[in-house]
Amino acid sequence: MSRVGLHLSGVACVRGGRLLFRGVDLAMEPGGSALLKGPNGIGKSSLMRVCAGLLRASAGTVERHGGVALSDERLALDMEQPLIAALGFWARLDGSAPDALDGAMAAMALEPLRQVPVRMLSTGQRKRAALARVIAGGAPIWLLDEPGNGLDDAALELLGAAVADHLGRGGIVVTASHQPLPLVTPVVLTMADFVADDGH
Amino acid sequence: MKILLTLIARDLRQAWQSAGLWLPVAFLLLVASLYPFAVGPDAALLRRSGGGMLWIAALLASLLPVDRLVAPDRDAGVLDQIALRGIGEEMVVLARLIAHWLGFGPALMIATLPAAALLKLEGATIGLLELGLLIGTPALAALGLLVATLTAGLRSSGALSGLLALPLAVPLLIFGAGTLGDASGAALKFLGAASLLLVAITPFAGGAAIRAGRE
Repeated sequence: MSRVGLHLSGVACVRGGRLLFRGVDLAMEPGGSALLKGPNGIGKSSLMRVCAGLLRASAGTVERHGGVALSDERLALDMEQPLIAALGFWARLDGSAPDALDGAMAAMALEPLRQVPVRMLSTGQRKRAALARVIAGGAPIWLLDEPGNGLDDAALELLGAAVADHLGRGGIVVTASHQPLPLVTPVVLTMADFVADDGH
Repeated sequence: MKILLTLIARDLRQAWQSAGLWLPVAFLLLVASLYPFAVGPDAALLRRSGGGMLWIAALLASLLPVDRLVAPDRDAGVLDQIALRGIGEEMVVLARLIAHWLGFGPALMIATLPAAALLKLEGATIGLLELGLLIGTPALAALGLLVATLTAGLRSSGALSGLLALPLAVPLLIFGAGTLGDASGAALKFLGAASLLLVAITPFAGGAAIRAGRE
């Protein structure tokens, strides 16, 4: 990987005329992980989208070096397709190596479901499929929005292992979650610190 | 180029699976078979008015799949995931335009043949009609797609799509139906110009609309 990094400084976000958060600073270097914490609706997902470049920050700067992979609550897999074909579409767009997808499906224990149409998958299986797309994509920066939703204990361990492996290879992981995840020593961002209700 | 082909292949498959391909064809044939019941079996009248009626039917048929062109992919996060991979929205809209036309243009032109027979059109008129549709259907596809990108994310977008598209479709209808009674070929050239304009601006305008819809 060439130079990889994710740097936020003084980032603020306004949605629907309401200031969600301001003054968010984050400096992520290779191998670094961050955990965004906070209650529902505080702006975790918006901050994720700002990090991904899908949403413009209303103030501050966002610098990204390296590709970004995002896993959020929207599956973005074609429901009628078998899982392998639905993931294969994204692997083709990613231009990833042919065995990368197989490896990613193995990492998320999805092999028995290869030929199952996406619409037949359960919530946890869908989440694992979305995580497999992140793994297969090979992007150095992972943005995982509530990656633990619907996952059972075994799948949470697989997620923890995949994240540890990615960090070990110099990747960056930013996670938003309200439940504890088996992640190692992340930078913790408590979103409540950045909410602008203190008169400033 | 490989990315464009990948996107087109997926869009075509999605259109096929959502029945977006045969709906406009069925609509056109339905209108053509109902029309003689409404105006009566007078062959001369059918022959005179049938060509223009088919243009109206083609235009309305092109609006049928509009609510499925962009909104489902936007809601499912597909457009965001594509954007994350550094693929421009213009490319997405261009791929969709090509796939949409491939799915509906040729099918509509084929369906026009039995429809023309139902309306007792003459061979020369059918030829002009098909030539006009060949030039005009890319514009109809572009218009439908443009409206779909603008209305994705809005409630009751179906009704709004029709209201947005119809004024823009009027030139196509005038010049398209105009080709049938015009020996000079001027209407065909105007139709070509209108078609080129719509096809050329759609990837850019549609891409901007998708980006703006993220905010």
